[in-house]
Amino acid sequence: MKTLFQEIKYSVIGILSLGILLCGIYPLVTWTVAQVFFHEKANGSLLMEENQIIGSALLAQGFTGHQYFHPRPSAAGGGYDAVSSGGSNLGPLSRTLSEMVQKRVDEYRKENGLDADIPVPADAVTSSGSGLDPHISPENALIQAKRVARERGMTDKAMLQKIADHTEGRTLWLFGQPRVNVLTLNCALDGRL
Amino acid sequence: MDPYGWLQIAIFVGLIVAATKPMGIYLSRILDPDAQTFLSPLISPVERLFYRLFGLKRREEQGWRAYLFSLLVFSCLSMIFSYLIMRLQHLLPLNPQGFGPVNPDLSFNTAASFTTNTNWQNYSGESTMSYFSQMVALTFHNFVSAACGIAVSAALVRGIARQRSRTVGNFWVDLVRINLYLLLPLSLVFAVFLVSQGVVQNFKPYVVSQLAEPANHSVLQEADTGNERGGARSDTLMTDRKVRIQTIVQGPVASQVAIKMLGTNGGGYTNANAAHPYENPTPLSNFVQIFSIFLIPAGLTYYLGLALKNRRHGWAIFTTMLVLFLAGLIVCWFEEVSGNPRMHEIGVSAAPGNMEGKEVRFGIFGSALFATVTTDASCGAVNSMHDSFTPLGGLVPLVNIQLGEVIFGGVGSGLYGMLAFVILAIFLAGLMVGRTPEYCGKKIEAYDVKMCAFVVLVSIFAILGFAAFGAVTKWGTRALGNAGPHGLTEIIYAFSSAAGNNGSAFAGLSGNTVWYNVTLGIAMLCGRFLVMVPVMALSGNLAAKRLVPVSPGSFPAWGFLFVVLVAGTVLIVGALTFLPALALGPIVEQFLTNASSSLY
Repeated sequence: MKTLFQEIKYSVIGILSLGILLCGIYPLVTWTVAQVFFHEKANGSLLMEENQIIGSALLAQGFTGHQYFHPRPSAAGGGYDAVSSGGSNLGPLSRTLSEMVQKRVDEYRKENGLDADIPVPADAVTSSGSGLDPHISPENALIQAKRVARERGMTDKAMLQKIADHTEGRTLWLFGQPRVNVLTLNCALDGRL
Repeated sequence: MDPYGWLQIAIFVGLIVAATKPMGIYLSRILDPDAQTFLSPLISPVERLFYRLFGLKRREEQGWRAYLFSLLVFSCLSMIFSYLIMRLQHLLPLNPQGFGPVNPDLSFNTAASFTTNTNWQNYSGESTMSYFSQMVALTFHNFVSAACGIAVSAALVRGIARQRSRTVGNFWVDLVRINLYLLLPLSLVFAVFLVSQGVVQNFKPYVVSQLAEPANHSVLQEADTGNERGGARSDTLMTDRKVRIQTIVQGPVASQVAIKMLGTNGGGYTNANAAHPYENPTPLSNFVQIFSIFLIPAGLTYYLGLALKNRRHGWAIFTTMLVLFLAGLIVCWFEEVSGNPRMHEIGVSAAPGNMEGKEVRFGIFGSALFATVTTDASCGAVNSMHDSFTPLGGLVPLVNIQLGEVIFGGVGSGLYGMLAFVILAIFLAGLMVGRTPEYCGKKIEAYDVKMCAFVVLVSIFAILGFAAFGAVTKWGTRALGNAGPHGLTEIIYAFSSAAGNNGSAFAGLSGNTVWYNVTLGIAMLCGRFLVMVPVMALSGNLAAKRLVPVSPGSFPAWGFLFVVLVAGTVLIVGALTFLPALALGPIVEQFLTNASSSLY
């Protein structure tokens, strides 16, 4: 019994003292360093237009208009809902998944005038893990480029330049995949950035 | 399977091998209360302050029972601490979104989950937990549950190394030193790196942004977030609505993500976990996060070699783990690159592979590597949705967990789990040649083998028992997100993840029901503490033995034969136990994928 009280005492001291250090001082020190040295990133890499927040460079927004590049499909909430991040979690043999993807394939082909025998880029018709994936593959962007350029009356060359400006390669020529940021590209096309 | 992937494997393995020795040496200093580290001038005053608060002497040691008792009391009280914070979060500060108290059953599940280093999440972080709950109730356990794991593995290693000793160390000293010298400084550096990549760290309320193009969406009118509002849970209602804004999550994310990876915890700040761009913004943050999962578990194998004065033994265990890791990785990567034939049939490009549930910036390889590592270790963070993996691609994470998470494994728990298999392997080798088995100069007797068998059996019973229960009941099957064999896999995965203290999920399963919250919670507690008890008993029993001199007849605990024997034991125990269940889940699904056109 004496040892039990002793251990309870130690535990309470441990919870309080370690709690103050690990759950108070640690996050606050991180916060201070983050806010001083990486102010923009620590606050969400937000995109601003005249003091109004128009999104985050890291989070996808939905675009459906023909004059815009379209992001990947999203399973986050009703779509691109940044407070309900998540994937579809549908398995490989799911009928719902097959039907959904079939619909997206047909739409993608129609919108972009893609022939029926050319496969659709996988990222264009599958939903991402977070539902907020801000990127699409360069292949996907190039297919959409024709449509967007036509809608906006831009030359293909100017459009390819815009895409190149918002394309990131592999980090250190090795890690990850080449990718195009849809939101910053669309905002740049609108002249909002 | 492009050269970029192969090159990344080479770099990853190179980095792990390079980090193992320095990490192991550093660990051996931390776990020796008298030793100094290069951080001692800075930290030892704080360390002394802690001992003064406790009223504790650094050299006071405990026997295995006392050590275990301290750990259990501490875990129990800290679990209650977290439970109370979640229940009372509406009254506590740092709740700018005004989240209500978390349901009792969900709070129990979450408290058990974080106390046991599992970090299974039946809630969605960004719509359930206040900043205070994330930062205190959950992050506290990210640190201390990791420290408890390392402490138990250190106690076991001491038990093997010592002779005729009644004690195996002091839990409180280990707890303090591991947090102060290891987890805190590493997390601090790591968190700052993460912010530099784009992980957020602030205390502002969620930001509202105006959409560039307002859209018509079906929106969740009132989602069931696990919070109580007016006592009753609200139903999910879909309505069409013009959406003009996007609400963007904020909070102290970086500080939590750093320790969730280093401590092999895995509990995401947001629902999408490491797939969320705010938790894992770049390919570089992804690679470093994956590396950080293996960092401490790999170092512990070198610590073992140092403590036993047999570095070849440490490296042999490291090699065993590495081989099993690479085997899983290559299968998973290959399957995900091959993709889903059902998608290819309807016109989706076969390159780059199965992208459902994966992020473009990580690609297939970055996702397969993460999935393999997070389930080899008991991390359980995910950067892609395992539920949407191909049948065999998803089999790899599942099997990794079911093998007992001994492929590097959780911090500490991986090492002590692997040592149980090592002792079983040596026992089997002893049976084959008909001699009393010895392990590092200690005779392995009936008691030791029983304890090791107990370690292995606990999670087997918890996984198969609960999964069988779930599969034949209404509450079990009603929660499924997928039909057919994939549904069964969801249940098996859930209880494997819980009992194995992993925390990743086939997340189509809606586990936030009273039944799942309670059963998963119990499975997690069994998988953690019912394993620690025999491990500590083993430690105490080995510590009390005397060392016998090594003779030509002793089985060498290193070399090719040893590695094959240990890997074989791990695989055979796993296969014998789980193959029948797996045959009904992912394996039959693979056959259906290739040899039929069925959909579910």
